[in-house]
Formats: sequence, structure tokens, C-alpha cells
Amino acid sequence: MASGELTSKDYITHHLTNWSVGEGFWTVHVDTLGWSIFMGLIFLFSFRAVAKTANAGVPTKWQCAVEMVVEFIDSTVKSTFHGKNPLIAPLALTIFVWVLLMNLLDLVPVDFIPWTAQQIGAAMGYDPHSVYMKAVPTTDLNMTIALALGVFILMIYYSIKMKGIGGFIKELTTQPFNTPWLYWFNFILEVVALLAKPLSLALRLFGNLYAGELIFILIAMTGLYQLPMHFVWAVFHLLVIPLQAFIFTILTVVYLSMAHEHH
Amino acid sequence: MEMVLGLKLIAVALLIGLGALGTAIGFGTLGGKFLESAARQPELAPSLQGKMFVVAGLIDAIAMIGVAIALYMLFAM
Repeated sequence: MASGELTSKDYITHHLTNWSVGEGFWTVHVDTLGWSIFMGLIFLFSFRAVAKTANAGVPTKWQCAVEMVVEFIDSTVKSTFHGKNPLIAPLALTIFVWVLLMNLLDLVPVDFIPWTAQQIGAAMGYDPHSVYMKAVPTTDLNMTIALALGVFILMIYYSIKMKGIGGFIKELTTQPFNTPWLYWFNFILEVVALLAKPLSLALRLFGNLYAGELIFILIAMTGLYQLPMHFVWAVFHLLVIPLQAFIFTILTVVYLSMAHEHH
Repeated sequence: MEMVLGLKLIAVALLIGLGALGTAIGFGTLGGKFLESAARQPELAPSLQGKMFVVAGLIDAIAMIGVAIALYMLFAM
């Protein structure tokens, strides 16, 4: 703990508060934005460096890693996506690596980044107790809902592009009960099902990472015995973190594949 | 105040306990079916294993969200 007289409640609340600027609807979480953009830039530049320097000679280790990720996503998309669309595989790769990098920030010790931020804030003349820094972007519901909304917009776009406005409306109204006097009921069912997709996508990623981060924080309060407990929970999270990134990716591909299909 | 505290503990217990119950049933069914199909067709086991982990993540998610809400209620509210 940074200072002795903090209660556990204060400690948890402090770790789970975003550095926010602005008020009301236009509140901006600077730490979420900053870290997610930073991770996105790491992804773009490191993968671009490989793509620029790749040759037929002996590959470097980083090139091998990048090739493994690209081939893995490529084979997954090929087996899951049944339409024809050159956008889907790059989209899946971007989502997978970006979400994975953002989730990996969860494994940085919980006090490390907030403590550093507090020292910097104190050096710049702010009160260190009012400096907030929640580093993992995916533990912020705004971030995961933003990702899911992007996927949702693509789903609507491709549904309309592939089937036309009429086809899309037909899909929403003529099933499961194909009689005209039950169309209103079908519409309610289908709209709920449509809206549930991005919502569950966002909440699943957020919930898992938030739970993981919260338990890391709780373990950090137990004193000297925290080290083995941290280790066990971190090992469990080595499974959870890529798995959640992969589930987000594959569900995106499945939803977009459903948007491309004709009924 | 004590009443509120007690109700909060019961709510936390229900959240974690019922979540664990659902996940336990889900994982039991999932693992059992996976072993069954791997015994029936061993050559399919690697591809089934990948799919099993995806479903495991889906099963895990809701219980995890429940645990997070429960712990938040217990320690930070």
C-alpha cells in the first residue's frame, strides 16, 4: 500500500477510479484512451516492422511470432467465416492482438502504474491522493462497449449491404413465426436478439477482466503472503487473458458471418 | 445497519454460490462430452479441444462477472 492509513475500501476505490476529464456526458477517461491508443500503436508498428523487413532468409524470432499469430487468425477465420469479404481477417487480427495487448496490462503489478503516476503527479505539484490511473483499458466498460459498438455497426452495415434494406427487414420480421399477424412479435424477439449480441460481447470481456483486476487488488492487500497467491492467480490469468481476446474475436467473426448469410 | 450488512453477505453468498453451481454443471457436461467424443473419434480430439476452450470461456464469463460484482459489494460498497 502506498500509505498506511488508507482503509481497504479507499484502496480498492482508488484503484478502480479512472482519471477523468470533463463532466456529464462528455467525461473522458484519459487513462483508458491513452493506454488503449498506446497499445494499438505498439501493435501497428511492431507488426508493420515485420511486414516491411520480412524476407525468405532466416526469420527473426519476432517474425516467427507474428507469422504464428497471423496464420492462427487466418485459419480460424477460414473455418468460421463462410462469406467472401477481404475485411474480416484483418479485422479479426486487429481485434485479437489489440484486445490481447490491453488485457496483458492486467498482469502488470497492480500498484506499479498507479504508484508511478502518483509520483509523477506529485512531482508536478498535484495532490497524490487525487491522481487516478486505471491502466487496463478493458476493465473500463466504456472501452469494451466501444469495441462492441464498432462490431455492431459492421453487423448492421453488412446485413443491409448483403441483403438490402428489404431483406434485412424481412429477416427481422418473418421468423420464427411466418404468419403476417405475428410479425410484430417476431420483430420484438429479433431486435432483442440483435441488441443482446454487442451487449453480451462487451459485458463478457469487461466482466472477466474487471473480476481479475479486482481479485489482484484484493490479494495485494493481504500482506506478505500475497506473492504466492499473486503467482497462482496470474498463472490462471495467463489462460483467461488470451482466451477472452480469442472469444471476442471469434464471436465477432461469427456474428459478421451471420450478417452475410441469406435465409 | 447490521440488517443491511447481513443482507449484503447473503446476497454475496447467493451470487458466488449460484454462479459456481451453474458453472459446475456447465463444465461437468462440457468435459464429459469432450472426453466421450474424444474416445469415440480420437483423431478429432485436437480440433475439439480448441472449441472446448472457447465454450469454457463462455461458461466461465457469467460466473466471473457474478464473482466480481459480489466481491465489489463485499469490500468496496
